[in-house]
Amino acid sequence: MQIGNPYSLVAELTYRCPLRCPYCSNPVDCGSEAYKTELTTEEWSRVFADASALGVLQLGFTGGEPMARRDLPELVASAAGHGLYTTLVTAALTLDRARAKRLQEAGLDHVQISFQDSDPTNSDRIAGTRSWDRKVEAARLVRELDFPLTINVVLHRQNLDNIAEILGLAESLDADRLELANTQYYGWALENRAALLPSREQLERAERLVAEFRARLGARMEILYVIPDYFDNQPKPCSGGWARQTIVISPHGSVMPCHAASVIPGLEFDNVRDRSLEWIWVHSSAFNKFRGSDWMPEPCRSCPQKEIDFGGCRCQAMLLTGDPAATDPTCMYSPHHHLVVDARERAQRSEAPVKLVPLVYRSMKGSPASK
Amino acid sequence: MWSDQDRPRLARGVRLRWDPVRETQMLLRPEGAVALNPSAAAVLELCEGQRSVGGIIEELQTRHPGVDLGNDVRELLASLAELGLVIHADR
Repeated sequence: MQIGNPYSLVAELTYRCPLRCPYCSNPVDCGSEAYKTELTTEEWSRVFADASALGVLQLGFTGGEPMARRDLPELVASAAGHGLYTTLVTAALTLDRARAKRLQEAGLDHVQISFQDSDPTNSDRIAGTRSWDRKVEAARLVRELDFPLTINVVLHRQNLDNIAEILGLAESLDADRLELANTQYYGWALENRAALLPSREQLERAERLVAEFRARLGARMEILYVIPDYFDNQPKPCSGGWARQTIVISPHGSVMPCHAASVIPGLEFDNVRDRSLEWIWVHSSAFNKFRGSDWMPEPCRSCPQKEIDFGGCRCQAMLLTGDPAATDPTCMYSPHHHLVVDARERAQRSEAPVKLVPLVYRSMKGSPASK
Repeated sequence: MWSDQDRPRLARGVRLRWDPVRETQMLLRPEGAVALNPSAAAVLELCEGQRSVGGIIEELQTRHPGVDLGNDVRELLASLAELGLVIHADR
């Protein structure tokens, strides 16, 4: 197949983070030794030059907490020098005025701040650390410095009932964008699935309130709503299709088609320490494994949706069926769809007061289940 | 809607950039990019917040004499405003 040019690069600068969110997208072995040999300033700078030459336009600095890298201003300056549009995705605990100004002077374009809920107590509980007050302070600072601001909130059973207040928080902070991401069940979130899967009523109410809010604010705020794929009966086109638009690089330089791809056994990820980014984009076996549609089984192969959802998410297929080449089980045509239906029906029947379901917090020591 | 006196400018965080790989002018925004055709790019280059819509049309008219560009410019600005990419400099 024709290999196009990637649009975005996600730079996972470090897996260190002061928060312990139980749906963290980092791998469950995020504390392992391998990730601690983080790429140096010079190595990242070379990656940004290569990414720009390859056609990347958008660069997200993420983690863990990217602010934990002391050389962040230098990394921003390097990326900006190559014309990349730079976004800092941060929990914002350490984003004070001096640091924010240094990043602005370095050429940072945009700041995205995570909130775990609109309610301070529940937000702190989900984050596993006191953080809400500082997030609000940082968000105000970001707007005062005239950065465009995105607020992101991961949605689940334990905060969906506050959706009206979450929308109100984004409005009161004068956010330009709001990302509402229904939890995707990989890694940490999969371990906490019973505590996080919402009821259908919660989702329907949230979707109605989001639609009303969207209509009222119009072009003033861009709202991205990541669908709850467990409830949609159709899979999401993960990352816009495997190896089509996005490159993710782990703290130690491993190049992946998506941030969760390390859950797929047998995939070999090339490293920017050994190969150029262009070589990896074109030749890496991990990228080519699920590129295009030749790898697809039925019912994907003959499905008219296959160029729209690309067979769904490979990581989800792996985690739920043990086969990364299977049709994503969130698809109603998947022979494994009952796995998803069972999980959401269990959630529907569950009457446990949500806050009594114990959460497995993200930890650098690994998850209990992974031991 | 845009009247001739309004002064359009790119919204916060939106910038215009030449993409040498795709050989296209791109409008970059937080987490997004829009590829522009050459005539849209010519309009957006003039949306710096100082010029009025009337002034932009006049400027483009001098480059393409004899062609009435007014409606095209106003329509383009309307659709970009709907996407939140262009805003009124005075509001």
